Amino acid sequence: MRGMSPIVRTVTSLVSGFILLYGIYVVLYGHLTPGGGFAGGVVLACCFILMVLAFGAPFVHGIVSERAPYLWDCIGALAFLAVGVLGYYSGQFFHNFLVPAASRGADPTVSAGNYKLLSSGIILPCNVAIGIKVMACLFGVFVVLAAFRPAPKAQED
Amino acid sequence: MGVMTTLYFLMAFIIVAAVIAVEARDLLSSVVSVAAAGAGLSIIFLLLGAPDLAITQVVVEVLCLVILIRAAVTRKDTTYDARPNTFAVVGGLAFCTLLCAVAAYAFKAMVPFGDPKMTMSGPYLLKSFESTGAANSVMGVLLDFRAYDTLGEATVIFASIIGAYVLLRHVGRRTDARHESDR
Amino acid sequence: MTAPYVLTMVLLAIGIYAIACKRNLIKVVIGVMVAEYAVNLFLILLGYRTGGFAPIRTEAMDQAAGAAEAAKSFAAASVDPLPQALILTSIVIGLGVVALLAAMAIRLHEKYGTFDVSEMRKLQG
Repeated sequence: MRGMSPIVRTVTSLVSGFILLYGIYVVLYGHLTPGGGFAGGVVLACCFILMVLAFGAPFVHGIVSERAPYLWDCIGALAFLAVGVLGYYSGQFFHNFLVPAASRGADPTVSAGNYKLLSSGIILPCNVAIGIKVMACLFGVFVVLAAFRPAPKAQED
Repeated sequence: MGVMTTLYFLMAFIIVAAVIAVEARDLLSSVVSVAAAGAGLSIIFLLLGAPDLAITQVVVEVLCLVILIRAAVTRKDTTYDARPNTFAVVGGLAFCTLLCAVAAYAFKAMVPFGDPKMTMSGPYLLKSFESTGAANSVMGVLLDFRAYDTLGEATVIFASIIGAYVLLRHVGRRTDARHESDR
Repeated sequence: MTAPYVLTMVLLAIGIYAIACKRNLIKVVIGVMVAEYAVNLFLILLGYRTGGFAPIRTEAMDQAAGAAEAAKSFAAASVDPLPQALILTSIVIGLGVVALLAAMAIRLHEKYGTFDVSEMRKLQG
């Protein structure tokens, strides 16, 4: 893939850092504000797809290697499964074993551990794992679709 | 404008955009029109109190737009040049009218709009903050009370994306004698 | 009143018509997308409560009332979160389905040179 005009490249280089930051925010704060792993993962994939469209695939393959989408897709899926299996630590598949005792049934106006990043147990690692997985698989499928070239027909006879 | 007026206006917009998407002769126009329908749907989600869905819907329909523009390599819908299949069109329209008529009759027995029963969600809403610590009840339901369904969903996406990878690879499609069995 | 539900069924009927009666593969994929929008919209309409707000708790709610009071008033006035959780996964799965269908359409176009499904039945093998 070729890439696009200098205006698009300049705007992309200015803006993709902010898109990445927004995607990471949506994934990390999914349990406090709207968003979560799925929405944030798709936003992160959009950032990388924007870079492929603006700069061309060879440039982005210098930053993110060719096998990286497949690798991170599997890592994200296995991490999500691992968080679920770790729930057996307290007796149940996907049991939320990390919720701090202070916010379990306590008066929310008193306990200071509410509405924070770490106040909801396994939901944060689950969101991160799903965000990585969705980002990698959507970016991978876009790269494969964009790089597809029809096979030459001259060989069949 | 009240919520209901905006809802009806946006639904009319989505229906018009869907009709244009299905009937347009230019493939690029129909793909852009279905993306407009998706954007209208995202505004409806925001109106109905589902902000996570609004974010997800708008980025997903942008990605669907990019994928479909890549897939629609020819600009023109060549099926309009041939003779239209009258039986298929008439049968399809008759079935759709029948579907809408049966739906209009059957929905009279449904719970009225705006007053959900919430037999399962009542306890979820009461307990989701105390037992999961998540202020966003949708994430609490999705990743704590119903985390096994989310695992199933991750598996479905994984499988469909692997299917797309397998369809678009180049290995095994060469026609020389070594790969006779793969042809 | 059932008008929003019937309008959603009209959208589903448009999608089914496109899947069943259109001969261009891209129109079939567009029909699948429209049918998916209709089903997602229907399930979210089921969970809407008139005058309700999004199911997200804030600190202001806790400070305005006590703990149990805030939970009860939150549960009485918010919209249903369960359909939203289902549809969130369904939207992302829809993207995977469209990617797979687009991959099939590209491969069929490469093999037959056209998107017309009636041509694909004639050119066997």
